[in-house]
Amino acid sequence: MGRTQGGIDPARRRFLESAARGVAGVGAAGTLLALHAREAEARAPDAIRPPGALADERAFLSACVRCGLCVRDCPYKTLTLSALGDRKAAAGTPYFTARDIPCEMCDDIPCVKACPTGALEHSLRDIAKARMGTAVLVDSENCLNWLGLRCDVCYRVCPVIDKAITLEIERNERTGKHARFVPTVHADACTGCGKCEKSCVLPEAAIKVLPLHLARAKSADHYRKGWIEKEKNHGPLVPGVEGLPQRLPEAPK
Amino acid sequence: MTDAAVSVRKPNLKARAPVAARARRVKGFWATNKWLILRRLSQAGVLALFLTGPVFGVWIVKGTLASSMTLNTLPLTDPFMLAQSLAARHWPEGLALLGAAIVIAFYALVSGRTYCSWVCPINPVTDAAHWVHDRLGLNKGWQPKPNTRLLIMIAMLVLSALTGVIVFELINPITAVYRALLFGGAWAIGLVAAIFFFDVFVSRRGWCSHLCPVGAAYGLIGAKSLVRVVAPKRAACDDCLDCYAVCPEAHVITPALRGADRGLPPVILDRDCTACGRCIDVCSENVFRFSHRFDTREETPILQPMKASA
Repeated sequence: MGRTQGGIDPARRRFLESAARGVAGVGAAGTLLALHAREAEARAPDAIRPPGALADERAFLSACVRCGLCVRDCPYKTLTLSALGDRKAAAGTPYFTARDIPCEMCDDIPCVKACPTGALEHSLRDIAKARMGTAVLVDSENCLNWLGLRCDVCYRVCPVIDKAITLEIERNERTGKHARFVPTVHADACTGCGKCEKSCVLPEAAIKVLPLHLARAKSADHYRKGWIEKEKNHGPLVPGVEGLPQRLPEAPK
Repeated sequence: MTDAAVSVRKPNLKARAPVAARARRVKGFWATNKWLILRRLSQAGVLALFLTGPVFGVWIVKGTLASSMTLNTLPLTDPFMLAQSLAARHWPEGLALLGAAIVIAFYALVSGRTYCSWVCPINPVTDAAHWVHDRLGLNKGWQPKPNTRLLIMIAMLVLSALTGVIVFELINPITAVYRALLFGGAWAIGLVAAIFFFDVFVSRRGWCSHLCPVGAAYGLIGAKSLVRVVAPKRAACDDCLDCYAVCPEAHVITPALRGADRGLPPVILDRDCTACGRCIDVCSENVFRFSHRFDTREETPILQPMKASA
């Protein structure tokens, strides 16, 4: 092989050229795909994952092979496989829309059993422990119970009635002589099945299931609730401080 | 045919008869299209096994080509999909591991890229694209290096590791088509059309033979497979080049067909071979047939008049 004026062997030059072409091409396509992967992690707030779904969206997308076996084994046709371009959830992944068909919370959880990869965690055996999301009473101004009527439908249909949703009795200030039965969600018991959202009688539901990260606040790690600490300690935390100091002025003698 | 006409049977690319025309004259329609027809039946049959459930409520195979369950007993999982999942640091349940192991065992034995030619729904699309490409007489267009698909396959694993998600599933046309047919969704048509026009106008046999990382993965799985196309009658080859014209991976033919001088066995050993059997179909001299990788027998042809006169 003769040398060119640049002093580079032509065979070597060809190799370097094709290597550069390959790396550049795959690099450019790969970057676009990685960007697309980031965007595909976005999920519509009303697209609820099946029971047992890995909570972190990225972890879920590392495990879900988009085979649709969970969708097939759902006896109530609750689950949908997101179609390409459907923008609710990453293409091919399962979700449900509570307002359309909520989760019926089967005892044997067939969707989880059908999942071959564990994107739906097989350690979930008790459906009451599922945390698909949590119900939030998003619009108290339109909720009939908040207005003082006895609708109660969300409370009545709740599969975890009296634990996930309770009716808290308050004074109805408007009438001045009635009670209001305020539907109150307790997230520690709510599975996010969505039956409350489905059955809300309003044209647009006043109670909705939201993904946990949207529905829930997180208390700061260093916060302490005095009354709980006091109970744990079986008494006041600072000895000798029993009540408030006496601030009344001394009575004139 | 006159003797003169026969004696000119030498590769003459300018004035070639249509591909397989001679095979059809000599062998008839069925023998010239047998493997092609069987292959189309196989592709349609696999799809039909998936479709009976959603269409007729008779569930034979549930799921898609990504992962499936046959008759509630046989789990199958795409190994390349699972490899990406592992790269994204998810350790799968036993069902997916077992499914992938069964698929790997099968294709390690029966030539990995039979998946491409006998199962994959994109194959009829790119075959059609190639037919159109030929009819239009277009030039080859962009022809990436043979190892490009391997590079892409590795890139998908690296990207899965970097992004933490199964990356190729975002654009995988194979599973997108199956999902669209089984679960609905129209955008997959766009993806299929993109591949079709890419193969027609941008790159001859571009997708399946140069880029697809799934095919690359199955090629690796079946690199040492038992089932192989062999060329026991290679001495009878009359250099018509029809097999090269129909082969989606034409480079695999040369060592087996033309390697006698170099002491190479008459077996197509290249892992790129999709075992589609089209070369068997179109050969008027019946040079090729399906056999196994250790079948190195050669059949010496009876000398034919035109060979003698040449």
